[in-house]
Amino acid sequence: MEHQSASPEVTFTHHTSDADFRKKVIRTTVILSVITVIELIIGLIIYNIHKGPEPSAFLVLAFKGVVCILTIAKAYYIVAVFMHLGDEIRNMIMTIVVPLLLFIWFIAAFIYDGNSYKNLRNDYDKHFKESTMPKGHHKAEEHKVEEPKPGKQ
Amino acid sequence: MATTATQQTKWWSGGKSPFNIEYGKLMMWYFLMSDAFTFGAFLISYGSIRFSQNFWPDPNVVFNAFPGAGHANLPLAFVSVMTFILIISSVTMVLAVHAGHNNDKKAVIKWLGWTIVGGIAFLSCQAWEWHHLITGTHATLIDGQIQWVGQTTTVNPWGNLVDAETLTAALKNSTVQSIAQVVHEQHGNTMSHEQLLGLPKDQLLNMVNTAELHIREKGPVAFGGYFYGITGFHGFHVLSGVVINIVMLLMAKNDVFAKRGHYLMIEKAGLYWHFVDLVWVFVFLCFYLI
Repeated sequence: MEHQSASPEVTFTHHTSDADFRKKVIRTTVILSVITVIELIIGLIIYNIHKGPEPSAFLVLAFKGVVCILTIAKAYYIVAVFMHLGDEIRNMIMTIVVPLLLFIWFIAAFIYDGNSYKNLRNDYDKHFKESTMPKGHHKAEEHKVEEPKPGKQ
Repeated sequence: MATTATQQTKWWSGGKSPFNIEYGKLMMWYFLMSDAFTFGAFLISYGSIRFSQNFWPDPNVVFNAFPGAGHANLPLAFVSVMTFILIISSVTMVLAVHAGHNNDKKAVIKWLGWTIVGGIAFLSCQAWEWHHLITGTHATLIDGQIQWVGQTTTVNPWGNLVDAETLTAALKNSTVQSIAQVVHEQHGNTMSHEQLLGLPKDQLLNMVNTAELHIREKGPVAFGGYFYGITGFHGFHVLSGVVINIVMLLMAKNDVFAKRGHYLMIEKAGLYWHFVDLVWVFVFLCFYLI
């Protein structure tokens, strides 16, 4: 393989033999496919939990968490192997990865904000709560209400 | 004096690239990072709205159709096909970039061609899915009566399930057309929609099998807008990726890269294409899996 460079300033190239490259691509493709299949299986498990008589909110949440982690693993393989970011020099990797850490705050803050808005609305806007709360949850909530509602006794 | 100096100075001067990487490739990385924040902001805003609702549609209820399978309930099937199309087209792109490193014009053209085929296949799938969601109408409880609606940015049929009592009351308030359509869905072959429309309303109401009828309220308004907005923005990226790849294919065919002595341009197009795949991984997660 001859040395390829757009300018003489760049001296660093990714030297991989055809055999190594082939092995790496096949391995990554298999990993990505297997993770996707696992994700689909979990998706169907969640579907069946929802269909069941007593859907366990905790189990659904746990499976959703697993899917999120698997997705991040997929993203890692695409970026590190397919986009060759793993082969660049360390400082270059850091200029891409460090700004992305902002997402940790970004996700946490905005999800928390949405959730807090929902809780406030359920407390102060009874019409919103009655008209949007799924029936199953609604009954569960009603048990907690201390004073009996008129007309329901 | 200063101007003559700058004229001769290259952008990437200093004799050595700071990150030992081409200028163009580095800038592609920074563009992709900014694009990741754009997509991230969209998806996080979707998450924020979703967490602010007591009810959100179950993706397995919304996305359960497959081309040619009629009304069969096949949750996740079609979107898994779309996901695999994008993964495979990402692999063919890696092979095209690698062929470029080897200055192998024939292989570059071959693998770029397959990548373009994969991109077009994905876009076709998305077009079918959108078409199905918009035109496939469902009987929905809206303003106390049954109406037939598809998923648009203003209304969608994916709300809470309606109980039998409310359903019976709603059927009485509904128009003859809506009821006739319900009856037609339930006993498809016995009478045509036109014949049913000729019947009096009472008779139509008696023909409705309420026990078998699962009707939902209209879903959260934001659902349609976020779905079409974000998958549309991603689809637009796929479309521009396909156009870029076609340009690369034509340039390779016309020996532009061969004359230049290197195929590094393919590498930048490849970065963009992989990014499109990367974004799909997250769109897939947020809309179809959780």
